[in-house]
Amino acid sequence: MSASTPQDTSRTQDSSVRSLTTEAIERARAAGRTALIGYLPAGYPTVEDSIEAAVELGRNGADVIEIGIPYSDPVMDGPVIQAATSQVLADGFRVDQVFEIVRAVTERTDAAVVVMTYWNLVGRMGVDAFARRLAEAGGAGIVTPDLVPEEAEEWFAASDRYGLDRIFLTAPSSTPERVRLITEVSRGFVYGVSVMGVTGARDQVSNAAESVVAAAHEAGAPRVCVGLGVSRPEHIREIGRYADGAIVGTALVAALRDGGPAAVGRLAADLARGTQREATA
Amino acid sequence: MTDSTPFTQQPDLQHDGPYQGQQGPYFGPYGGRWMPESLIAALDEVDRTFQQAQEDPEFISELESLYADYVNRPSLLTEVPRFAAAVPGVRIFLKREDLNHTGSHKINNVIGQALLARRMGKIRLIAETGAGQHGVATATAAALFGMECTVYMGEADTQRQALNVARMRLLGAEVVPVTVGARTLKDAINEALRDWVASVETTHYLLGTVTGPAPFPAMVRWFHRVIGEEARAQVLAQTGRLPDAVMACVGGGSNAMGIFHGFLDDPEVQLYGLEAGGEGMDTGRHAASITLGRTGVLHGARTYLMQNEDGQTIDSHSISAGLDYPAVGPEHAWLHDTGRAIYEPVNDDECMSAFERLCRTEGIIPAIESSHALAGALRLARRWADAGEVSADTPSGQERIIVVNLSGRGDKDVSTAAKWFDMLPDAPTPEGGDAAAVAARPEGAQD
Repeated sequence: MSASTPQDTSRTQDSSVRSLTTEAIERARAAGRTALIGYLPAGYPTVEDSIEAAVELGRNGADVIEIGIPYSDPVMDGPVIQAATSQVLADGFRVDQVFEIVRAVTERTDAAVVVMTYWNLVGRMGVDAFARRLAEAGGAGIVTPDLVPEEAEEWFAASDRYGLDRIFLTAPSSTPERVRLITEVSRGFVYGVSVMGVTGARDQVSNAAESVVAAAHEAGAPRVCVGLGVSRPEHIREIGRYADGAIVGTALVAALRDGGPAAVGRLAADLARGTQREATA
Repeated sequence: MTDSTPFTQQPDLQHDGPYQGQQGPYFGPYGGRWMPESLIAALDEVDRTFQQAQEDPEFISELESLYADYVNRPSLLTEVPRFAAAVPGVRIFLKREDLNHTGSHKINNVIGQALLARRMGKIRLIAETGAGQHGVATATAAALFGMECTVYMGEADTQRQALNVARMRLLGAEVVPVTVGARTLKDAINEALRDWVASVETTHYLLGTVTGPAPFPAMVRWFHRVIGEEARAQVLAQTGRLPDAVMACVGGGSNAMGIFHGFLDDPEVQLYGLEAGGEGMDTGRHAASITLGRTGVLHGARTYLMQNEDGQTIDSHSISAGLDYPAVGPEHAWLHDTGRAIYEPVNDDECMSAFERLCRTEGIIPAIESSHALAGALRLARRWADAGEVSADTPSGQERIIVVNLSGRGDKDVSTAAKWFDMLPDAPTPEGGDAAAVAARPEGAQD
C-alpha cells in the first residue's frame, strides 16, 4: 500500500518537511512576542460562525489556530468545551466539514491552522486520507490528545508524506525518557500540559508548567507551548518568561458562547497584550 | 509495518500456539494504549506493580485468602437438569459467580486491584459502573481496606439500578450520577478518566472490565481466570470430561474472559460469547459490538465498537445495564478474528425468556446480564437437537455438556423483570390516588 511513498517513515524531526507551525511561532519570537495559540471547536455554534470566530481570533493576534473536532467521548475536555462540542454533534456536524473550516480560516488569516482531534475520528476516515485532505485544505498539522508516540507509526508516515506537523502532549507526570521520545517525534511544537487535569479555565497557571517546559527544552524541543488553565493576558505574560507559546481554549469557547465571533476577537486582542515580551538586556 | 486500513475488520487472523496467558499490550491488532499522555505514567505504575505482585508469594497468598474467606471462593458448579430439560440429551451446569460476596464475578477483579492499589500507596478508589455490580464491589473493597471511594454511574443507570446506588452509599461510597452524553456506562468511564487525570497521585482507577488501555485487559482477565480454572476442574470432577461448550455474556467481557481462559487451549471446547442484541440487530438498538463488526479505538483500546461512519460512538441499548456498553475487550476482538470464540447476539425477548425459565425451573433468579448466556445455552442445545446430534434417545453418559457462567444474581433486576413480565401490583382503584397509580404502572419495560 505504501510502496509509492517517496521517503521512509522517520521517527525523528525531518528537516526537509516545511513546518507551518514552526514558522508561525518563530515569526512571533522574531517580533519579541510569546506565540498565542487559540482553540475553537469546529462547527460551534454553526459552521459559518466557527469560521468567523476563528478569523476574528487570527486577525486579533493568534499565531496558531487550533480547530477541535467535536467527538462523542472527549476524555480530556472539561464541561465548557464538552457542552459546546456535544451541541455541535447534536446538530449533525460531520467530520469532513473540518476541512472546509480549515480552508476558509487559512485563506482569511495569516495564522497556521492545526486540527485538534481524538484519534478514532482520524482512524475511521483512514490516517492517510485524513492527512491528505487536511494538507490539501492548507492545514498545518494535528494536535493529538489521546495518541501517544507508541501508537503513532501510521501518523508518522502520513505526516511526513503530506508535510504536516505532529503536536504531541507532554505532561507533569511524563518521565524524562517519555519527554525525550515525545520531543523526538513532535514537529511544530511540543504541547506542554500545565496541570494534571482536563481543559478548563483556572485562576492561576500551575506551578508544574514551568518544569514541564524546562524538561521538554532540556530534551531538545525547540518550541514548547503551554496549555490547560490559560485564560488571561497575565497568564500569558507569565508563561512567556519560560515557554515559547501559550494555548487558550476554554476562555475563548466561553466568549464565543456568550458573545459570538466578535467577543472572540475582543478576547484575542486582550490576550495578545500578554504576548509582548519585556525587553531583555 | 503498519496496515494502511487499520480500522476495518480483519477476520480470519491466523494464530498458532497457545491462546492462554496473552500478556498484551496487543492481542493481534487489538488493544494498546490510546490514552492521554498524562495517564501513561500511572498505567506504567499499575503495570509494574501488577507484574511484581504476580511473582510475589505474599501477594498471591493474600489474594487467595481473601478469595476463600471473604469472597466465598471456590464458587459452586451447579447442574440444572430441570432447566436443561427443554432439550433432551443436553446437560447444563452453572458456574455460580452469583454466590460470590456482593453477588457477581466483579469482586474477583476488585479485590485484586484494591490490593494493588494499597501496594501503590493509593488512598482512594474510583470506578465506573453500569448495572452497579462493579460499583458495589468497589465500594465493598474500599470499605474493607479503609479507602475513599467515588463511583461514576450514568444517570440513566442510577434510575434503573436504584437498589445498587443505595448499596454503594450504605458502604460509604460517593455515587456521582453522570449527566453528559448518553448517561450510561461509556459516559461513566469518560468521567472516571477525567477524575483520574486530575487525581492520579492519590487515586487508583479500578476499571471493572477487560477493556481500556494496557495493562487493564490482561490484568482484569488475570484476576478473573480463577472462574475458568475452577469451572474446568469442577466439570471434570462432576462429569469426568470437558464440556462441549462454555457460554458467557459479553458487555466489556470480563466474566467471559475469566471463564474462557480456563478452556482456551482445549480445542474441543467451543466458546460462546453472547452479546446484548437489545431490541434486535435490525433496530440499531443493541449493544452487540462484535456482531456489528466495526473496529476502532475507544477508552484506550483498539477493538470492535459501535460507531457511525465518522467514528463517533453510537449509543448502545440493552435491557441489562451491565451489557450496555458500545465496545468490547480487545482480547475478545482477537478471539473473534482468530475464530477461537464465537460471538452471537441475544435479544431482550430471548434473554428474558431464559431468565424466567431459570427462576421457575431451578429457583435461581439470575442477573439479566447472565440470562443472555442462559439463552445462548438453550439456543445451542436446540441447534444440536435440530441437527439430530442430541435427542431423548441420547444414552446416559453421551449427553452434550454446556457450562454457563452465571455471572451475577438478579436481585438488582427484580423491578426491571417485574415490569417486563407485568407482575407489578395492579394499580389501585381511582380513589387510591393518581400518584400511586402512576408509580405502579409498568412504564414501557422496553424503554
